[in-house]
Order: sequence, then C-alpha cells, then structure tokens
Amino acid sequence: MNAPKFLSSGDSAITVEFGNEISAEINACVHALDKALRKKNILGIVETVPTFRSLLIIYDPCITGGEKLKAKIAKLCRDLKASSENRKKIIEIPVLYGGEYGEDLKDVAKINNLTEEEVIKIHSGTDYLIYMLGFLPGFAYLGGLDDRIKTPRLQNPRTKIHAGAVGIGGEQTGIYPLASPGGWRLIGTTPVKPYDPERAEPILYSAGDYIRFVPIDKEKFDDISAKVQDGTYECRIIGGDGE
Amino acid sequence: MSIKVITPGMLSTIQDGGRKGFAALGFNASGVMDVRSYHIANALVGNFTDEAVIEMTYLGGSFKFLESNYIAITGADMSPKLDGAPVEMYKTVFVKRDETLTFSAAASGMRTYLAVRGGIDVPVIMGSRSTNLKCKLGGLDGRALKAGVIVPCRDVYDEFHKHLIHSAPKEDFGSDEITVRVLLGPQDDYFTERGIKTFLNSTYTVTNESDRMGCKLSGEKIEYKNTVDIISDGIVFGSIQIPRTGNPIIMLADRQTTGGYAKIATVISVDLPLLAQARPGTKVHFELTDRQKAERLLKQEQKEFHSHLLHY
Repeated sequence: MNAPKFLSSGDSAITVEFGNEISAEINACVHALDKALRKKNILGIVETVPTFRSLLIIYDPCITGGEKLKAKIAKLCRDLKASSENRKKIIEIPVLYGGEYGEDLKDVAKINNLTEEEVIKIHSGTDYLIYMLGFLPGFAYLGGLDDRIKTPRLQNPRTKIHAGAVGIGGEQTGIYPLASPGGWRLIGTTPVKPYDPERAEPILYSAGDYIRFVPIDKEKFDDISAKVQDGTYECRIIGGDGE
Repeated sequence: MSIKVITPGMLSTIQDGGRKGFAALGFNASGVMDVRSYHIANALVGNFTDEAVIEMTYLGGSFKFLESNYIAITGADMSPKLDGAPVEMYKTVFVKRDETLTFSAAASGMRTYLAVRGGIDVPVIMGSRSTNLKCKLGGLDGRALKAGVIVPCRDVYDEFHKHLIHSAPKEDFGSDEITVRVLLGPQDDYFTERGIKTFLNSTYTVTNESDRMGCKLSGEKIEYKNTVDIISDGIVFGSIQIPRTGNPIIMLADRQTTGGYAKIATVISVDLPLLAQARPGTKVHFELTDRQKAERLLKQEQKEFHSHLLHY
C-alpha cells in the first residue's frame, strides 16, 4: 500500500487520500483503513465516510487533537495489510428483469446487439464492488459493469423513477434506493428495499461489499414482496468475515 | 406537555445535533444550523445540550402551549411576544397553559431556536430527532412544521428549576459584515496562488440562493489551475466548494455527504454559527488561521459554556 496523503478538512476532520483515480485497488485501501479504524475504536472519532479513493474521518477535537489523531492513523496505515485477506462479502439482490419492471431492457439489448436474455445473463453474471454510497441514502456507486452492456443514459431523464429500480447509466449500474428523478435505463426491479429507515440496518449493504443481481420470475417477485412487507425477508449474504 | 403550531412561519423544523454516523450510507446529517445558539437554548431550560428544539428561519411562527412549562429562545431576534407581551431572549421563561408565543420577522440574523424543558419528544430515528427534509425523515413525518400540528414534548417531574441558570449573554447577529476563519484544504492545490489570494483578500456577498444546504456567495472569481472537478469525496459542515463559476459555496447542515467540486478551505467550528445567521446581502471575509488555534478556540468556547451555563 502506498503511503497516503493527509489532507486538512477543517478543525474536525481529516481526509486520507490513497490516490487520484478510480480503481478497485485504491478503493480497497480506503475500506481497509476504515475497517481498521473501526476495530481500533479510537476515542474521539465520530464517523467516517469512505469514497472512491479517500476516507474522510470526522472527529471531536475536544476529545482528540488533530495532530495526535493523524499520527495514530499514519501508524495504522503503515501496518495495514493488503485487504485481499478479508473475505469478499456478497449481498444477493433478487431482480425481476424486463417487461413493465424494466422498461428499457429491450433498448439496452437492441443498442448492444444482444438479446434480452443475454443482457440479463451478463448483468447478473458479475459481482459488483460498492466503491461508495452517496447522492441518496443507500445509492451505491458500483464498479465492474461489463463493456458489452454499457449503454448511454436517456436523453430525457425520467422525472420519477420508482424505489427498487435497477438501471444502467453509461458505465455504471445500480439500484435506486428511493423514488428519484434520473436518466438511467431501467432494466429491472428488485422487490427488496435497499433503504428502509425503520430497519435496524437502514441500508442493506456498505461500501466495500459486493452486490450480485439474481434474476427471478414474477411468482418469486410476488413471494419476496410479501415477505418484505411482513419484514421476514432477508437477502442472502455470501462470505464476509463474520463481523 | 405539548405545543400546538398555530402558524409555522417560513421554515420551522424540529432539529437536534444531527444524524451522525450514517454519512457513510449516504444520509445527510441535517441538525441545527447554529450549534451555539442551540446549546445555549437547551442549557437555559436545564436540558442536556443535545435535546431537540424548534429551529425557525427568518420569519417565525406562533405556538400555543397546551401545558405550562419552561422555555428559552436564542439566536436571531424575531421579537417574540407571549400573549402580546414582549419576551426576553437568552433567558429562562415560564409559560402558562394556553398562552401563545408569537414570532415576527428577524430584526437581525436568520435563525431562532425555541427550546422547551424536557425537549421535543418525536421518535428517534437512526439516533436523531432531526428533520431531514430531503429524505423525509425524523421530526414530525420528516416535514417542516405545519399549521395545526401538535409538537409533543417530554414531561418532566423533577425539581430542576431550583438548579436553573436564568440567563445567558446575548449574541449579536446585527453585523452586515462578518469574518470567518478558515483552514486551507483539502483541495487547495487545485487553485493558483492568485486564486488563493483572491479567496483570502476579497469580499464576498451571501446570495439569496442560500439555504440549510449551503451558503452561496458571489464576488470575485477564484482562479483554479486546470479543473475544479475532483473524484467525489466526503464533505463536512463548513467545507468551501468552488464550482466552475469560481464563486464559493459553503456547505452547511443539510449538505450532501459527498461532492465532486474541489474544496479550497474549511470554516473553523467556532465561526460556523456566523454563517448560519448570515442573511442574504451579508459581506463575508475569509481569514486564514491554523489548526492549533482553531482547536484552542473551540476548547475555550466549550470550557466557558460549561463553567457559565451548566451549573450542575
């Protein structure tokens, strides 16, 4: 791991920057430091915000001085091991693709000279790294979309996209956690709620986890929807290191 | 104890110290804009400093007390009147059942805080009672207060009034020119030397596009090297973004968690209330300081607060 840069974000925050590009390797350093800080439980740290290539660390300067904290973090960075040692945590998100649940699937197929089935197979055949969450609660910036299904955004964005919509926008793919305007092409809908403020864990996943989309049919969609309503549905989680 | 909203004013919301710990998931923190006035208001009614209060913006509302209680009003002076009689601010006030507290437009400053003994008792969602307008979360149904709604407050039975401090020094928000101290970074290296000089030496004006999310300034354009577009990273209360227009936007309580514009500097904590209370038209100067001084000022403020306002 390269020695990170320490940037000042005022008297109550430090930005630790590991590079200036979007790459899975740099992002892994961000999450490794985030995890290490959480394990270490340093007094005075209020919260952290992992992003593509840096970690924002917000602290209470009345509890810990900035310079002292910086020294502790620098030491932690030196001791960080390549995070590949941590087991990948994959969250399975069931998706009903196409039809009224993914109105733009046919266009995505057409633009890329594929059949709808092929698009589904490619889209659900990759585990997507969550680089960061932002923009909306639970909005995941995912990396790893296959070149074959990259599709330009709509020229006229929709004024409202329903919560749970799964879409492709340029080189990105993702889920709309709540209803929002947007220009992504919608290829499916998940019956699970990525965001539920009533749940103990309001967001289903964290930055650094992976998402795997699993194709389901209408019957399964209705079945899962009913369980989600009852609060009895739980997404399948593969791997992780048992935290 | 509860309060009936007769008229809500321009934008009145229930706020506390903010929803901390969820920025990593994309939740903006919300919370009060002027933390200093907020802490004082709670201290005056004997609350813990992080109890929920009502924050009013520029034009206050009117509120009927359905039970007797102690209240305190801090922040901008909206000429509060209790059943028509002027009420002192920065002072513990006893209100009787069925009395109505009415606020007018702020004579100076932007935001006024109304604290009640016991605190406002809306459900705690993700660790906070703050209204998050964007996510429709917290407060009363995630919205600004509306006419006719009842704001629940916690009942208190202790004999706290014996320990109450009764007044606090009043902060003056009357100045139309403020100086806020900053620390450079995190992306000051995106700007030319001339750009940094412009930032620190010229006068900016608060525009009326400012809100709880950010304070938008206009003035001399700040020169940047190649671009102000960065790979999105985390932002804090007080981050000063420079978008392509070259004019600063200072991120405040309802800021988004991450952003893609270079941040030239960050306002130090003790000066944030000045921005929360700055009205459109206010002139803003930026003054460079250092981390040690910023920390010292904050510690000093906390120390004074604890020794003068928290008596027990």
